[in-house]
Amino acid sequence: MAYKLNVNGRVTTVDVSPDTPLLWVIRDVLNLHGTKYGCGIGQCGACTVHLGGRAVRSCQTPVSAATSAPITTIEGLSENGTHPVQVAWQDIDVPQCGYCQAGQMMSAAALLAKNPKPTDKDIDSAMNGNLCRCGTYLRIRQAIHKAAERANTASARTVQTAAVEGIK
Amino acid sequence: MRINRRNFLKVTAASGGGLLLSLYSQPEASAQRGGGGLFGGPAPDPHTYIKIAPDGTTTIVAKNPEVGQGVKTMLPMLIAEELDVEWKNVKIDQADFDDTKYSGQFAGGSFATPSNWVPMRQAGAAGRALLIKAAAQTWNVPETELSTSEGRVLHKASNRSLGYGELADKAWALPLPDLRTLKFKDPKDYTIIGKPLMQRELPNIVTGKPIFAIDVTRPGMLYAVYQKCPVFGGKVVSANLDEIKKMPGVKNAFIVERPDITDPVIPNDPGLESGIAIVADTWWQANTARKKLQVTWNEGPRADASQSSAAFAQRADELSKQKPQQTLRNDGDTEKALASASKVVEGAYSFPFISHAPLEPQNCTAHYENGKCEIWTNSQIPQGGRTLSARALEIDEKNVTLHMVRGGGGFGRRLTNDYMVEAAYISKLSGAPVKLLWSREDDMAHDYYRPGGFQYLKAGLDSSGKIVAWRNHFVSFGQFDADKGQVRFVNAAAMGPTEFPQHFVPNYQLHASVQPLSIRTGALRAPGSNSFAFVIQSFIDELAHAAGKDPVQFRLDLLNSEAPAAPPAGGRGGFAAPGLNADRMKGVVQLVAEKSGWGKTKLPKGSGMGVAFHFSHQGYFAEVAHVSVDSANKVKVHKVWVAADVGSQIINTSGAENICQGAVIDGMSEMMGQEITLDKGRPVQTNYHQHTMVRLVQAPPVIEIHFLKTDNPPTGLGEPALPPVVPSVTNAIFAATGKRLRSLPISKSGFSWA
Repeated sequence: MAYKLNVNGRVTTVDVSPDTPLLWVIRDVLNLHGTKYGCGIGQCGACTVHLGGRAVRSCQTPVSAATSAPITTIEGLSENGTHPVQVAWQDIDVPQCGYCQAGQMMSAAALLAKNPKPTDKDIDSAMNGNLCRCGTYLRIRQAIHKAAERANTASARTVQTAAVEGIK
Repeated sequence: MRINRRNFLKVTAASGGGLLLSLYSQPEASAQRGGGGLFGGPAPDPHTYIKIAPDGTTTIVAKNPEVGQGVKTMLPMLIAEELDVEWKNVKIDQADFDDTKYSGQFAGGSFATPSNWVPMRQAGAAGRALLIKAAAQTWNVPETELSTSEGRVLHKASNRSLGYGELADKAWALPLPDLRTLKFKDPKDYTIIGKPLMQRELPNIVTGKPIFAIDVTRPGMLYAVYQKCPVFGGKVVSANLDEIKKMPGVKNAFIVERPDITDPVIPNDPGLESGIAIVADTWWQANTARKKLQVTWNEGPRADASQSSAAFAQRADELSKQKPQQTLRNDGDTEKALASASKVVEGAYSFPFISHAPLEPQNCTAHYENGKCEIWTNSQIPQGGRTLSARALEIDEKNVTLHMVRGGGGFGRRLTNDYMVEAAYISKLSGAPVKLLWSREDDMAHDYYRPGGFQYLKAGLDSSGKIVAWRNHFVSFGQFDADKGQVRFVNAAAMGPTEFPQHFVPNYQLHASVQPLSIRTGALRAPGSNSFAFVIQSFIDELAHAAGKDPVQFRLDLLNSEAPAAPPAGGRGGFAAPGLNADRMKGVVQLVAEKSGWGKTKLPKGSGMGVAFHFSHQGYFAEVAHVSVDSANKVKVHKVWVAADVGSQIINTSGAENICQGAVIDGMSEMMGQEITLDKGRPVQTNYHQHTMVRLVQAPPVIEIHFLKTDNPPTGLGEPALPPVVPSVTNAIFAATGKRLRSLPISKSGFSWA
């Protein structure tokens, strides 16, 4: 079936079966490989993307449920890696293997977009769906605080939020 | 400092030699002389590692597989330091696997630092020597009048300088200097080594660039899944392949038949196993088709009721009461010392099988064409995969090309290459490039697991509270040869005759018995140590309390009671090594006590601190955990202090801290939530919901890392940082609650995270 998706501000039509998870459309049809497969059951959060600005697990989101709102992946978080979260992640040298970090950053960016000055408790709850097998949590927390500081003057909203019409 | 083999000899002499230690010390020696094998190969050559563009931009090759340990940044740091260039002008290229150019291209055993500390700096220093010689010839001045700084050769007497980029062509045409004549920098002059440098891959990671093995694509590539029998070695009798082949996107589906593996100890990396391959246009289509598979399996002899976790525990209990199958060590007269001890303490400990479960599931992309195969892999040991792939493809190893691609974690899982061989074979039979991707469920069902085991301990204290006797009956898995009276452990299960506190207790016995096992086992981060440290350091804690002594002081007293003679050679195999130096261990125990305020902090009821230390992979680690436990056994780890002695130099201080903090969290995950149980040969747990990891909210808010620098060659820290955390937390739980935990994971004893 054909589905019209707005991914990172670009509208594309994909022809896949309705139960195909958004994750596999993003990775293997749209060839955006930043979004990762880790567990396939919504436990690890490596596949986190924004759907209408909300952090969702793309492995649990069928493509048929992803047509109504714009989708942002890590590749669309900013044009050139300058989202406060991306900058803070580098300042703090957060990753070890890095495999979970796109998902971590998407959850962090969604948190900061609605809560520009999160407390540790806010971070605990917003990041609870993202596993880091390498155990970089202390630096993730530190980087979120740093991104919040950085975003104090600039907006922490994701770059791509424009509503797109005509999507079915 | 002149390069010689003094450091190498010093380590060897201190330990009394031994095969395993030579594994640690030979790398630099063999790198200097060349000579094949895992660590052999050619001497470090600047032509291989360094390319300098006319504008001075310096490209340095990173030769080892990167799985998150930071080696792709760390090894080039060593070269760049001795080459004497500015780090900001360095670009890094990931090497392919090539044993004609590089040695030791693997990620395991925390070997990267000890085995590359000398040769990588030699590559840089040799490059610098060539550039100096080229400048000396250009200016017709003696080399002794020249110096270097930030990528330039300077002649101060005439106030002239030339950039490396201007000299490189000439320099690289000169003959190589004798590596033994090179001078290394004085560490006080370091501008790169010892700095907190960010991983060079960071800009790619934070923007989602396709840098992992799972991201590899090739023109015309198909996607594959590979279904194996839930019981190891099981074979396909029949399957509904005609139906599968009609499913959307499916290009091919076929049965792979392989010979039986008859060895009762399953090989670590048996290569291609029997199964069913499904190849499709997309992975989702291949995996969807797999869900419709109807297979009749011949599960074979391993699907036996004895191969169940409850049966293992029952058999272990029986074995513990019988005469041990083999005595691995017998110092003094333990039975007599136990009989005359003023206090005897006993404890039965156990630890489970666990899965590596790196976040990037096993995957590999392979393209077989015209008798040659090109492979993109995140393997931690690609060399082994090349051998197995060539064998399965029936081609010569020289016709297999391996590209090393970043792995999303390793932890030892990618030290076997089962998934590489499968990808190569499926590509050959599909006539196309193929990306094979295991589902998480495949991964958890077909891991080679950290071996579980049981230890039955008994120790005696004299009237002063000193340990006078130690008896351990280790009940593990493997094959017992009754005729020879010898046990053969399954992979990564062995305990060695010099396991602590051997050599520190006058009467010491280590016995072993084994029962058969039907699953693969292998090295998980800090193999052996990751379970033995829990047992040994918990039991030492029991003894400290029985003796009425402070747990830190009790440990220091024990470390002070070293027998005068060096321990004889011998270790437990794999990546462990004998040769614990008591003074170095005391150093980190004292440091961690000082940093944690041990004994000086008044803790409220329900809180406690625990301490543990462990020596592995040449690294000395002591750790203290501060926990609180509520009435419902909910545990919060408030803070962990880590004190480490891994020699004279930390190479990348940012990466080192990150890895040690991660090791603490990894160990906490193992302690609380990880267990693979078996049911008639089948691993029961299927995904992360049943084999859990610490989440951010559960991580200690603070993990302090303190490095104690000593005059010893730098060694690795990815593995040795892990083992002490498990007993430091369980000992802290005891301090907080009086509940002694002798079995992992502790969730089975009713504990959970607060």
